[in-house]
Amino acid sequence: MAVIARLEDVTMSYGQRVVLQNLSLDIVEGAITCVIGLSGAGKSTILRLLNGLRRPDSGRIYVKGQELGSLSDRELIELRRSIGFSFQFAALFDSLSVFENVALPLRENTTLGTDEIHKRVTHALESVGLAGAEEKLPAELSGGMVKRAGFARAIITNPDMVLYDEPTTGLDPIITHLLTDTILRLRNQLNGTAVVISHDLQSIFMMADYIAMLFEGAVIAYGSVDEIRASFNPIVQQFLQGSEVGPIPI
Amino acid sequence: MNPLESVGRESTDLLEYVGGVAILGSESASFIARLRIRVAETFNQAYLLGVQSWSIVLLTSLFTGMVISLESAVQAVQYGVGNLVGGAVAFGSFRELGPMLSAVVVAGRAGAAIAAELGSMVVTEQIEALDALGLSPVRMLVVPRLVAMLIMMPVLTIFADIVSILGGAWLANSVAHISYDTFLLSVRQQVHIGDMLKGLVKSFVFGAIIVLIGCYQGLRTRGGAAGVGVATTGAVVIAIILIFITNFLLSYILFGQQFGGG
Ligand SMILES: Nc1ncnc2c1ncn2[C@@H]1O[C@H](COP(=O)(O)OP(=O)(O)OP(=O)(O)O)[C@@H](O)[C@H]1O
Ligand SMILES: [Mg+2]
Repeated sequence: MAVIARLEDVTMSYGQRVVLQNLSLDIVEGAITCVIGLSGAGKSTILRLLNGLRRPDSGRIYVKGQELGSLSDRELIELRRSIGFSFQFAALFDSLSVFENVALPLRENTTLGTDEIHKRVTHALESVGLAGAEEKLPAELSGGMVKRAGFARAIITNPDMVLYDEPTTGLDPIITHLLTDTILRLRNQLNGTAVVISHDLQSIFMMADYIAMLFEGAVIAYGSVDEIRASFNPIVQQFLQGSEVGPIPI
Repeated sequence: MNPLESVGRESTDLLEYVGGVAILGSESASFIARLRIRVAETFNQAYLLGVQSWSIVLLTSLFTGMVISLESAVQAVQYGVGNLVGGAVAFGSFRELGPMLSAVVVAGRAGAAIAAELGSMVVTEQIEALDALGLSPVRMLVVPRLVAMLIMMPVLTIFADIVSILGGAWLANSVAHISYDTFLLSVRQQVHIGDMLKGLVKSFVFGAIIVLIGCYQGLRTRGGAAGVGVATTGAVVIAIILIFITNFLLSYILFGQQFGGG
């Protein structure tokens, strides 16, 4: 099994606060890796490191065979265009309609014609349950609708690698199921790689090939769903059970 | 922190700021030179930032033209040179007040709008989203605003020039009974097309200042809604100060040789 991305001995801090410390993690190609951990543990930071939106204080990050620190601006842009990114808070462009938000990567980064773009965007919006919301502005959407539009924008170019930051948080169970299925379908059809941050254990167990648990700046457990569920690590067990008692300080 | 350290720190901050604006300007220029301009968005910004500023420019230039006319007409008539009033108004408007005051009010309106919009885009991660899509925020956001303003600022200034002449002529006529013909003849005799063009050069530079400072302030916003407020206020204050300084320098360069050479 090939590794498509690797964080190697990465340390990263914001000001005085060290968020990741000597963290290493391999992302397997064509697999869904779910990253779990407490709020504020640095999960979103890992995704930002993976597409070069942040640079680590030390350590190396490899994505698709390239070390990010050694890339020119031009090369980094090319790499980012091949990676989908679904933001935790969607980050829709609020001056553009839902349709234009989702169409933007196609308009700017591909040579597709207007008709083809229209077809693809309409289809993508349908597939996340947003048919009929095309002309709405982000400010006119509910939180869950914004989230789904951000999801559609991240996958519209069919990237072979997608980073999802809490794609299903705050969504109803049916939509959660729908999006989980979409993530699975992208892996199955395109042999796509996904890194999914999620707190939703049910959908993690449904889609994950690998789970990495982040705690106090490092990966403290890594393995398949069954391995993680059977882990003897008390921190992992406390997290999975959502228990107040245990080694995790509250 | 001892005083020397704080002076050192402030000058590093200043250098960093100037460097940042210069980089933003040169990146924008390189996109413009390669004609990587989003045309529809540029028109949209020309409307939002330029066309919609017409009313504030109208008001400021109207009253400016009238006040210059008022001051000079009363004196001029006393000394029997009422036929020079038109020239005085046009001279002041075309060379100095038209470009500068238009720029100042546009900085207050458009510069603030730019900083606030880009600032809130930073805070809501929209700028990161552009980066994540491999799209340059400079090309997507800065260039359309810059091109729009470089076109609209001179247009607004011509408009301001015309309005202040008309306002001045009306006031001279009603207060000092100087006829419209006399007034306009005086405008034509004393002011040359070169004066107006030099004024437009100024307005072009002011337009660049307003957009680059507004964008830079917006893009370096940190810290939520309060940060957006700080960035916006800063954009207006810094742009206005720079407009005053640049106006002096440009007057010196463009009009200064008339002292020595004449
Ligand atoms: N731009 C920033 N400036 C300063 N500190 C930051 C910034 N972004 C994140 N942090 C800090 O880094 C830590 C990790 O943040 P991150 O967003 O990666 O957490 P997370 O695991 O995604 O949390 P959540 O599950 O709540 O989304 C947090 O303690 C946060 O306070
Ligand atoms: Mg997060």
